[in-house]
Amino acid sequence: MSRIGTIARRTFLIGSAAILGGVAFGTYAYRKPHANPIAGAGIGAITPYVLIDPQGVTIITPRAEMGQGIQSTLAALVAEELDLPWDQVRVMHGPPAAAYYNGAMLQEGVPFAPTDEGWLAETARSAMAIPAKFLALQITGGSTSIPDAYEKMRAAGAVARVALVQAAARRLGVPAESLRTEGGAVIGDDGTRIPYTELAVDAAASDLPDVPPLKSRADWTLLGTSLPRTDMVEKSTGTAIFAGDIRLPGMRFATVRMNPAIGAAMTGFDAAAALTLPGVEQVIELGNGVAVVGSTTWAAMQGAAAVTFDWAPAAYPGTSDEMRSQIAAAFTADTVDSIPRDDGDVGQANGQSLQAEYHVPPLAHATMEPMQATAHLQDGHLTVWVGTQAPGLAQQAAAKAAGIPEENVTLHTTQMGGGFGRRSEVDVTVHAATLAAALPGIPVLVTWSREEDMTMGPFRPMASARLSGSVRDGAIEAFDLAIAAPSIMETFGERFGIPMAGPDSTLSQGAWEQPYTFPNYRITAHRAPRTVPLGFWRSVGASHNGFFHDCAVDELAHLAGADPLAFRLQHLTHEPSRKVLEAVAEMSGWGNPRPNRALGVAFSLSFGVPTAEVIEVEDTESGIRLTGAWAAVDVGTALDPRNIEAQVSGGMVFGLSAAINGQITFAGGHVEQQNFWDYEPLRLHQCPEIQVRILETGVKIRGIGEPGTPPAAPALANALFALTGTRARELPLSGSFRFA
Amino acid sequence: MTTTLTVNGTSATVDLPEDTPLLWVLRDGLSLTGTKYGCGVAACGACTVMVDGVAVRSCQTALGDVAGASVITIEGLGTPAALHAVQAAWIDHQVAQCGYCQSGQIMQAASLLAENPSPTSQDIDDAMDGNLCRCGTYPRIRAAVMDAATRLREV
Repeated sequence: MSRIGTIARRTFLIGSAAILGGVAFGTYAYRKPHANPIAGAGIGAITPYVLIDPQGVTIITPRAEMGQGIQSTLAALVAEELDLPWDQVRVMHGPPAAAYYNGAMLQEGVPFAPTDEGWLAETARSAMAIPAKFLALQITGGSTSIPDAYEKMRAAGAVARVALVQAAARRLGVPAESLRTEGGAVIGDDGTRIPYTELAVDAAASDLPDVPPLKSRADWTLLGTSLPRTDMVEKSTGTAIFAGDIRLPGMRFATVRMNPAIGAAMTGFDAAAALTLPGVEQVIELGNGVAVVGSTTWAAMQGAAAVTFDWAPAAYPGTSDEMRSQIAAAFTADTVDSIPRDDGDVGQANGQSLQAEYHVPPLAHATMEPMQATAHLQDGHLTVWVGTQAPGLAQQAAAKAAGIPEENVTLHTTQMGGGFGRRSEVDVTVHAATLAAALPGIPVLVTWSREEDMTMGPFRPMASARLSGSVRDGAIEAFDLAIAAPSIMETFGERFGIPMAGPDSTLSQGAWEQPYTFPNYRITAHRAPRTVPLGFWRSVGASHNGFFHDCAVDELAHLAGADPLAFRLQHLTHEPSRKVLEAVAEMSGWGNPRPNRALGVAFSLSFGVPTAEVIEVEDTESGIRLTGAWAAVDVGTALDPRNIEAQVSGGMVFGLSAAINGQITFAGGHVEQQNFWDYEPLRLHQCPEIQVRILETGVKIRGIGEPGTPPAAPALANALFALTGTRARELPLSGSFRFA
Repeated sequence: MTTTLTVNGTSATVDLPEDTPLLWVLRDGLSLTGTKYGCGVAACGACTVMVDGVAVRSCQTALGDVAGASVITIEGLGTPAALHAVQAAWIDHQVAQCGYCQSGQIMQAASLLAENPSPTSQDIDDAMDGNLCRCGTYPRIRAAVMDAATRLREV
């Protein structure tokens, strides 16, 4: 085992100094784990993930719950090894802490395809765990939570179990080997039963093994089954707590109004009329906008509408057409950001050729819960409640905004009403912290209006692609796809003061790593000039590249006169990829005649997950209806099938919403869309029944929050072509088709 | 000025302007936070509650218009210890993902089933169409509404 491996294996172990109750687990060194953030929180903090007190066992699940069910599956990893029954499991997000770094986060950026499991690729990936740890990247995103936690949280449960068994052995004066664990207790061979809650303090003196043996899959009782989510009852009874649901005595309610020319200055404002309204108490300047504070959120919103402003104009092109022209002009040699794939020689092709250009608009995340955060400054200490995908960044930003040291900030990560990448930003956290600092002693809840949430970004970038392809003898001879978009990482780096050197891998994500075997195959990423703030939108670069790449393959299939699904298989040797395509073919009855209806297929490998989707469309008098949808994914190991099914079908709906209606447009430097009436997601009547099949042939375990999204738009566009003969190369599709 | 209404069976008097939407009366005036703000323009359904037994968008319902009325919110429909049939069906079908829209979805479904105990799938599409879900839980919502209808008919 390499040194890197040893460190990684030890990272779950705790070894903090004494905590309450005299529990201690040795000492810490630099190459050992980060400080145990929950040491001191209770009686038995056996690892950073397991807290035992007289009330029971709490599992720390330090990833943001934004709907993806991650806290339940993380808890199951620990509970499985701890032999803790599911009905005894309690979960807690835990504090922002270096110990909860996401080692898988940076692996997506290594220059090796996820299907490349060779020595060099694996070495590069394991090396990325080290910078991730140093940066204390406690981030939820990139479908990384499960790959990151799969080993370390099972190991945390196993360590805690061994410590508890050893404590019981000492108390009973019997060998540890004579004891077993069951139902949240240690059981002796004479039937003696000691609950974990009674052993926590003694467990501190246990001699912890380096890496306890983990259960084999055949012995799993929780993992691999569909468990009821730990948050399901609260989310069905209105008792789940989101950041806007914190209520404290004396609380004030605020909203903000920022320059709609995003990031431009506010040169003046007049709040006199606003301050005469009932319930409006204060108007506080926030740089390029204001916050209005009142006795209710409604009063604050009324006040914000009554403030008049002088706004500086936008520093970026004012219209969507101008932005598009900038991207069109970016397909040149000197804007090449990277050429991550260049197999064979695309210049040598001489078969039947096809040139095509594709385009997608910017998108808003439009989470159901608009941005909101609560903050309270008391005696120099700031407490913040916010739904955040990056609690470490949020804590830093809150401290800076309030002008206090980071150690004086306590940040509670709440449930979040959708994330989709949006809650890796810290803007609303900064607003809440700024207001709390301006109103010391008074708790403040900041709620963005839907309109503010819709128009402020950061957005999924506008992007274009140009295909030059050729087919010969019924197969792809050359596939040369150039993509141009402004860089997400460039504007993200600017917002967070992080220099982003080198190519932006998100520009080509979802295109360059496709497992196709085209003999001449090039993917070129061009960086267009920066315009508006850009962010991570569910599946990131694959959200547009999945559309570009797969529609291009579909067009070439038709050019070759081939069946689109068989054509994809013909160019794939990667077995998990073949199997998901074969699965959706079978599920959808691909090839069966269906009068007035047609099928479209799409394939995309993103975040390491081969995903195939088929959509059925029907021409009706009221417009085109989606009448069926099928998806197959290969996650390597399926920990909770019902939850995976929810993520895949939900990801598909998210992709279809964008494909049919989603677009953010600009006029005069301002976003034109304001609310759900002009940025309308899919509604229930438009949503087809969706069947999902989960395969487990892949070598590695994969996360599934994002891979369901990229194939949705191309599957629909390809189905519409099959139904109508019209090839849509631009989203949203409602621009070219009438939907029911 | 004060307004009195009945919320979840209990009389409540609030001192807020009469044009204050019921949504903010509930959330900020009465600290009943289960009802959610999503759009403020009746385009998403997250704020759905029942007023005198009928589902309404509380963001478009002025306080002055519900004086003396009976309002049921998600907290009053059922509790973790005493679930309403719709909530029980939601849990069995593991509908929620982020959960933010689900209070409104559940209130809309409960209102539908109170009025129509045996809805067709077209009835469900029609009744639930105003309730957005960005996580895409629609297929499970359909199944849970059907299941809740069965449960309620068997009571």
